[in-house]
Amino acid sequence: MDRQEYNITAYTENQVGLLNRIAIIFSRRKINIESLNVSPSEIEGIHRFNIVIVETEEVVHKLAKQIEKQVEVLKVYFNTNQDVIWQEMALYKVPTDIIAEKVLVERLLRENGARAVVIRKDYTVFETTGHREETDNLIKALQPYGLIEFVRSARIAIIKASDGFHLKLQEFEQREPSEEVAENEFLNDRDAVFTM
Amino acid sequence: MTGAVATLQALVAEGVDTIFGYPGGAIIPIYDALYDFKDQLHHVLVRHEQGGIHAAQGYARASGRVGVVLATSGPGATNLVTGLADALIDSTPLVCITGQVFAHLLGTDAFQETDIINITTPITKWNYQVTKAEEIPEALAKAFYIARSGRPGPVLIDITKNAQQQAFDAPDYRPCTHIRSYRPAPVVRPEYIEQAAALINSAKRPFILWGQGVVLGAAEREFRAFVEKSGIPAAWTILGVGALATDHPLNVGMLGMHGNYGPNVLTNECDVLIAIGMRFDDRVTGRLDKYARQAQIIHLDIDPTEIDKNVQTTVPVWGDCKETLPLLTALVEHKAHPEWLARFHDHMAQEVDAVIREELFPTSDELTMGEVMQQLNELTGGEAVIVSDVGQHQMVACRYARQNQSRSHVTSGGLGTMGFALPAAIGAKFGAPHRPVVAVIGDGGIQMTIQELGTIMQTGVDVKIIILNNQFLGMVRQWQELFHQRRYSFVDIQSPDYVAVAAGYRIAGQRVDARPDLRPALARMLAHPGSFLLEVMVTKENNIFPMVPQGCSVAEIRLR
Ligand SMILES: Cc1ncc(C[n+]2csc(CCOP(=O)(O)OP(=O)(O)O)c2C)c(N)n1
Repeated sequence: MDRQEYNITAYTENQVGLLNRIAIIFSRRKINIESLNVSPSEIEGIHRFNIVIVETEEVVHKLAKQIEKQVEVLKVYFNTNQDVIWQEMALYKVPTDIIAEKVLVERLLRENGARAVVIRKDYTVFETTGHREETDNLIKALQPYGLIEFVRSARIAIIKASDGFHLKLQEFEQREPSEEVAENEFLNDRDAVFTM
Repeated sequence: MTGAVATLQALVAEGVDTIFGYPGGAIIPIYDALYDFKDQLHHVLVRHEQGGIHAAQGYARASGRVGVVLATSGPGATNLVTGLADALIDSTPLVCITGQVFAHLLGTDAFQETDIINITTPITKWNYQVTKAEEIPEALAKAFYIARSGRPGPVLIDITKNAQQQAFDAPDYRPCTHIRSYRPAPVVRPEYIEQAAALINSAKRPFILWGQGVVLGAAEREFRAFVEKSGIPAAWTILGVGALATDHPLNVGMLGMHGNYGPNVLTNECDVLIAIGMRFDDRVTGRLDKYARQAQIIHLDIDPTEIDKNVQTTVPVWGDCKETLPLLTALVEHKAHPEWLARFHDHMAQEVDAVIREELFPTSDELTMGEVMQQLNELTGGEAVIVSDVGQHQMVACRYARQNQSRSHVTSGGLGTMGFALPAAIGAKFGAPHRPVVAVIGDGGIQMTIQELGTIMQTGVDVKIIILNNQFLGMVRQWQELFHQRRYSFVDIQSPDYVAVAAGYRIAGQRVDARPDLRPALARMLAHPGSFLLEVMVTKENNIFPMVPQGCSVAEIRLR
């Protein structure tokens, strides 16, 4: 089976130690996490993990189930790049004098969809957001002018098809306000979830 | 009240009657409070925290309740690690409470500080560090709920010393019944039950594999009803043993590496395989790519991560088998499969000829492990709780012990932890005080936790201990013989005079090395009021057969 980039999205409670619990699921299988972002979600008290790994679908299925099994995890989705809208952000620091002297800054910014975040006497910081190729382009453009420092953020992704998790959570909690009931929509998507 | 008192009140409110533990600096406040709880909480002072947690496991497995352990910070807490790993893989409900250094000292390498939360994250179902007294009631309520619901497992609560000492206005204790992100009991989906029933009704050679899920779900009756109505031969994993009585006509034996011949061979001939509360462990399946490829597979399990993990199912039945089995039974046809069942019996007859007869009724002079189990069966009538350690004797105990009722065999299945049996037997006796408890242990394993004889001495708990002494680390020796050209590398192990050691702990004992003495000694052991240690000298180089060699298919099981 083909390995490709998968975006794993996990909705979790905001708990100390959960990052470790989730990270262990990857590390015990010796799977390297390519990118990891954790942030609050649109729902109060619920955090959202975005994890990118390169793996086969079969492995990702099993990982997703293992993550979802953790007590403090509400729901896990996984998607290929085609199914998500994703972005990474990059910052570039270059010497201001060279840039000002040698470059048509305006054109550089326009061509790369970048913007200047800080302009100081000693250096200037630009920012771009986009897919890897896009943020890479500006590195190439700036390298000849003495790029001092470069940093890129983890990936954040939004699922194209989903109506969002909020609705789903409301559904869960309506159906399961107390002890007994449990949603089992896992099995609705049996082909998507149970086949490996 | 103080956090320490709140902790103990929570235990009482959860119905805990027995706790196993060992004190130390960081948990002294809880021990101090325990002084006033003597009437409500029976504390068993073990000799090592590993003994404490294995005892709690034995208690939980024999009683079906949550086992509780107390330990101090640092070395006390780290001594729980093996037991936590064991309990997680064998789905044993435990709540471990560890003391921790003062909250303001966390992360400073304070005296006896270890980061037990991070150490135990991969080997607990859930863990949590309490740093304020106010957190205690809720943390413990969650701990008990998580430990025993869904697929059970061990939980660890680490409580800093200041939280134990702090006084606070404790609210009335409220048990936890719901956690936003945790759904232990899935809603059963009738369409999958229907599909499973249709598959079963059309099967020519259906075969049931059951595991501990049946026991954990307390679904023994539901299971038997299903087996009896469908008339399908059923085989067990070592943790499933006893859910259907050993001599039930449809119980066709044990699965796996040292399981019975028929169930292993015929796994690769059945047309529908119904797996109930078992997880297709590699010791059961052998080589996966040659495992039951011809069969349609129905898997009943409460844990969705087990479904399709190792074996791809045709029909998944996600749910508690206590709930799913009756639904399935209602839809399956009343049937018998006499010819198919006869094939299991044929294989069993072959196995009796090749292995079992000589093992249980040996013609040579030396004693065998099997005949010890055979004599024990005859004397106890299958009523005893057997607690076995790990090695050849474990396989013999599992293969040959007769079990009339569920929760009768406590053993370390998934982790294979030597040293498990002696403490687990102590716990099992506290968990099932009205049943005889017999520990079956190798000469290697007993020496790993022999200090727990001290716990037996002090508590007066009645545990019968059988040491099957082959003067070897037998199971490793067997592998070295079969797969490493008899290069016996560090497997001959010397023993102390066990009877004298027992006597040192004021425990009665006897050593047997001749056949005529065996039965009288077993009878004496069983009749003895209180604990008894019986050492039986058995054949040094005996092998456990049948065997599925590692990396082979279950159908390639060797009788010799
Ligand atoms: C803690 C631990 N260490 C090592 C092993 C590996 N091991 C498995 S069986 C075995 C030999 C057991 O010997 P003994 O207790 O004498 O039992 P026998 O096999 O002779 O019945 C060993 C060393 C283990 N399972 N657990």
